[in-house]
This record gives sequence, structure tokens and C-alpha cells, in this order.
Amino acid sequence: MKGSFIDNLPRIYGIYTGGFVGFIVIMAIAEQMGMSAKAIGIAFVAFTVFIYALIGYLSRTAQADAYYVAGRQVPTVFNGMATAADWMSGASFVAMAGGIYFKGYGYMALLVGWTGGYVLVASLLAPYLRKFGCYTVPDFIGTRYGGNLARFCAVVVLTVASFTYVTAQINATGTIASVALDIPFQYAVYIGLISILLCSMLGGMRGVTWTQVAQYIVLIIAYLLPVFWISNKMGAGFFPHFMLADEVARIGELEQQFGFIANSKEDLALVPKGLAGITKAHSAVNATPWAFISLALAMMMGTASLPHVMMRYFTTPSVKAARKSVGWSLFFIFLLYSSAPMLATLSKLSLIDPTLSTGIIGKSIAEVQAIDWYQNWNQANLMFVSDFNGNGTLELNEFFMGGKAVVLATPEIAGLPYVISGLVAAGGMAAAMSTADGLILAIANAISHDVYYKIIDPKAETAKRLTVARVLLVVIGFAGATIAAMEIQGILGSVIWAFDFAMSGLFFPLVLGVWWKRANRQGAIAGMILGLVSGAWYLIWVRSGGSGFLGITQLTFGIFGSAVSLVSMVIVSLMTQEPDKATQKMVDNVRVPSGKTILGKQH
Amino acid sequence: MSNQTKHWEKSRGLLLITLAIWFVFSIGIFLFGAEMNEVTGPFGYPWTYWFTCQGSLGIFVILIFWFANRQEKIDEEFGFSEREDE
Repeated sequence: MKGSFIDNLPRIYGIYTGGFVGFIVIMAIAEQMGMSAKAIGIAFVAFTVFIYALIGYLSRTAQADAYYVAGRQVPTVFNGMATAADWMSGASFVAMAGGIYFKGYGYMALLVGWTGGYVLVASLLAPYLRKFGCYTVPDFIGTRYGGNLARFCAVVVLTVASFTYVTAQINATGTIASVALDIPFQYAVYIGLISILLCSMLGGMRGVTWTQVAQYIVLIIAYLLPVFWISNKMGAGFFPHFMLADEVARIGELEQQFGFIANSKEDLALVPKGLAGITKAHSAVNATPWAFISLALAMMMGTASLPHVMMRYFTTPSVKAARKSVGWSLFFIFLLYSSAPMLATLSKLSLIDPTLSTGIIGKSIAEVQAIDWYQNWNQANLMFVSDFNGNGTLELNEFFMGGKAVVLATPEIAGLPYVISGLVAAGGMAAAMSTADGLILAIANAISHDVYYKIIDPKAETAKRLTVARVLLVVIGFAGATIAAMEIQGILGSVIWAFDFAMSGLFFPLVLGVWWKRANRQGAIAGMILGLVSGAWYLIWVRSGGSGFLGITQLTFGIFGSAVSLVSMVIVSLMTQEPDKATQKMVDNVRVPSGKTILGKQH
Repeated sequence: MSNQTKHWEKSRGLLLITLAIWFVFSIGIFLFGAEMNEVTGPFGYPWTYWFTCQGSLGIFVILIFWFANRQEKIDEEFGFSEREDE
């Protein structure tokens, strides 16, 4: 191939996509020829993970700027794909459609929040942090405000937020690996972890970037193909996004017809843990404006403070490219997010509509219990029916499902071949791995660059720095996997907490660092410490039975944390001396794209 | 007023417009979620439902590209855009 690697990217990933589609076709043929479902699942996960590991190996590097920021030469569109994979976690892939299926409107605040945040990223932060030329987010805080304490506080906030997030991702890789490879969860978690580390250890950010692009391609095919296929198979419309209005209306009719009957406590006690019934209207507004807006706002500000997202924009060739790249990121995210509500609609209608052949509501309990897919997913502890009222037929309030089942089981319910279920497993694995990689790398880089190199040993050689970074990567990965193996909380809950922690401690110190020249070191330190502490205090208070105030829940505690952060940062900044001339000059330079970056190429 | 001050004032103006549009479609319209959902919107979906699944999300994508183009124009106008060799 002629030209450099970067010039050939479209061709390389074109061939890769073609190869992956070819692999799906081969698997489909193998299925027809009698390959077992289990073997197909193993082949999908093993094949894709092998490819990622190969890319990780080919991207190995011994240079600091390649390891930390992929050499700052990632083109906009490809950085957009990598960010989308970095962003869309196991929760987005596996749990989001399920959340919409069960909770409807109230849950969709997350869709708005997890996309709207990118407007803040593009307009308030990404281009300016790119101009700064930092390797990590604490690098910006440490240089803009000056002093090791500010730098260290930023590392603490980053670690708290990212670590909360990463345990959930390792948990998700473990869940998928244990189902696809049919091994116990405790071991599957470590298999997931080793796959994750294979991508990032040798090449750092460079390795993660090129595997994330590959992972995005797998996950988007795995999400969209079933949605379009199911929609066409049901006759709901060949382009579901524009054609499901009748189906949404039909669900509303059926809800009216069946009614939402509340189950008694005794009956609900029989339902396996983690499963839920349909208790909320599909498309009606079922949350108060503030409940919706506060959740969306918390997710938006959290998006703009999460370091593993921000650091992706350090890898673009220019400030201009960083801005455009945010747009591409959101476009690629939009492709999946706008499909999740469609999948939820198709899944719900195919289950509850008695006039469809797949519908189970209104059938006799015995008949439903005899269905193949019901037995499979019942065994996997993701589906459950029980004849509470003893009339022999299944009612809407007698059918229970796990949130993951919407993505994982719908292809099977709709009668798609098993090859699609294998593809979905590979997609979920790609989504969880790519996010875990970004997060572990963000933590390890912050500790190796900001704590070890900038604070402890500023004279360290590049080789030694990168060794420290790699050792930290492994240590943090294993710590995350160990906690994930204990299964403390659900995937989605801990993801939302990560956003709240990040916004409590980092949102205002980052934004005001660019947009308010008067912000100084003392103010930033107060903002980070008081923001994080008050946010954490609020979470603990509400979790231990506190009533909370202003309708702020344990999912939106970042609103309280960031408000404290803003107030304390402004007051302390104004009470102390304004930043020196050099710092003010630095802020001026950050605000224009031209000229040299603040921090040199090697620092 | 120096070139740089003018550039920053214009950039700040663009930021305020961008944030205003962002505010309307991420927060403003959801103050009236229940009322708006009574009305049929694009492709036959109820308005609020459509905004949460596609509308707001798509508007954010367009908004970011629009913002990026405008900011590039402002940078060029005041001679602050990056040169290729930097």
C-alpha cells in the first residue's frame, strides 16, 4: 500500500468492515449447515477480540506523545468513531433499550442528556484544551492554575469518577464473556480484563484509538442490523426510525385495553430479582418537568467533565479538527441512540400484541411456558411468568423481563437466526471493552503523567515513564476487575454516579479556567474539593435514608455538588489575589487557535 | 480595542447563541412535555416523544457543526486560524 498509515485509513477500515461482514455471512452459512448456537457465540467473541488484540499489538510505541495522545494525528471522522465507541458503554448497548422499554419518557432524559452534553464539550472546552496541548485533563488544571495541589485534586476527582465507571464496564465484559463462552462470571471477568489490556498496554492512546474505531464498526453493525431486520420482518416499515408512529400508537391502545394492574407485595416477592414488568406508559409523559430536566442536565454537565471523553480531543491534528470531531462523535452516537427507542418499541409490540404471532399476552400460561425462547431466557434468569390471578391466561402484569433481555433476546423472539444473537454479543463486548479501555487509560495516564512524572520524579526518562504508565494500567485494571467480580451495584446506577462525581469536581474548574481569567488557584482547589466532598456527602445522605431537597435524587446529586463547586470557586477566587500576568497571558493564548500550544510537544 | 479582544467578544457572542439554542432543545421544551405530547409531530409521532428519540439529538448534531463553521469564520476574520505548517 502506498502512502502513510493515516492516508490509507479509509481503505484499511473499509477492508476491515468488508471482512467483518464476510465473517457474519460465513457464520450464517455455518449455522445453516448445523453449527451449534454455542459455537457461533464463541466464534464471534473470540474472533473480534483477536482482531482488537492484533491492532493493539501493531500500534505498540515507545514515544510519549504517541502513547499519551496518539501522536496528535487522528483525522476528525476517525476520532469521531473512536469517541463514539469510547462513549457508548456496555450500559448504552445492552441496557439502554431496556430502560426505555420499562420506564419510557422518564428514562429518555438520559438520551437527551448523553447527547446534549456534546454541545457543551464543543463550545466550552474541547477546542481550548486542544490548543493547550496537554496530555491529560489534570495537566490542564495543573498548568492553568499552577501548583501541585491543584493538579493532585484534579487527579483525585478524575480517579473517583472514572473508577466508579470502569468497574461497571469490566462487569459488563464479564457478563457477556460468561454468556458467550459459557464460563463462570468470576473467571469471565478476568478474561474480559485481559482482552481490554491487550488493546491498550503496548500502544497506549494510539492502540486504544485504532481499536476503538474497529470496535465502533462492530458495535454499530450489531445494533442496527437487528433493528432494521426485525422492523422489516414485522412489516412495521423498512426504515423504522421514520415509520413506527403506528406501532407507538398501537402500544398506547393496548396499554389502555390491558390497563396497568398493580401486583401485591406477596406476588412480587415471587419474581426473581432484577426482573420487572411493564408498569409505565410507553410514549406518554410520565415524569415531572424537573425530574426530566434535572437528570438531563446532570448528564450533560457530566459529559463535559469526564476525562476519558475530553482526552480523545487531544489527539486531533488541530483546534479546528477538534471542534469538527465533536460533531462527528455525536453523529456516530446519534446513529445508535436514535435506534434504541425503536428497538424498545418493536420489542414491546412483538411481545404484547395478541394479534401478532410472537405476542404472548392473552395466551395460556402453559402455552407460553412451552415456547423455546421463553425456556432459554427463563433459564438465564431474564424472563419470568406467573399466573397471579389464577385465570390460566397471561396478563400484562404477569410477565416479567430483565432490562438486558430487550437487546439480547428480541432477535430470538422475533425469529431471527442465531447468528444475529452471536453478532449482538460481539457488539456488546466491543461497547464495554472500548469504554473500559478509555477509562483505565485515563486513570493510568493521569497517575503516571501528573502524579509520578510531574510531582514525584520530573527528571524521569521517557522509557521509565511509559513503564510506570503500563504497570499502573495493569494494576488499575485488576483492581477494577476485583471490585467488578464482587458485583456490588447494577451497571446503570454506577455509570450515572460517575457523571455526577465528574461534574461535582471538575465542570466549573475546567470551564472557568478558559472562560474566566480571574479564576485562580485557591478558587479552583476550593471548587474541586468542596464540590466533590459535598456531592459525595449528598449521595451518602440520600442513600442512608435522607430526604434530600429540591427534588435532587441519588442520580442527580452532581447538581448539588457542582453548585457548591461554582459558588465556592467564585467566592474564594474573588477573596484571593488575581492570577499573575503570565497566567493571564496564557489564557489569552488558549483562546485563539493560531500560534504554538501552551505545553510543548514533549513535556 | 485590540484584534484579540474583538475576536474574543465575537466568539463569546457565538457561544451565547449556541448555548441558547442548546438550552431550548435540552431543557426549555421539556417544561411543556405533557402539553406538547398531545400534538402529533414529525412522522406521526407525538411531539415530545419525537424530540426525546430523534429531534433534540439530531438538532444537537447540526448545532455543533454549525457552531464549528461559524467559529472557523470568526478565527479567519481576525487572522487567528491555524496555518498548515504549525
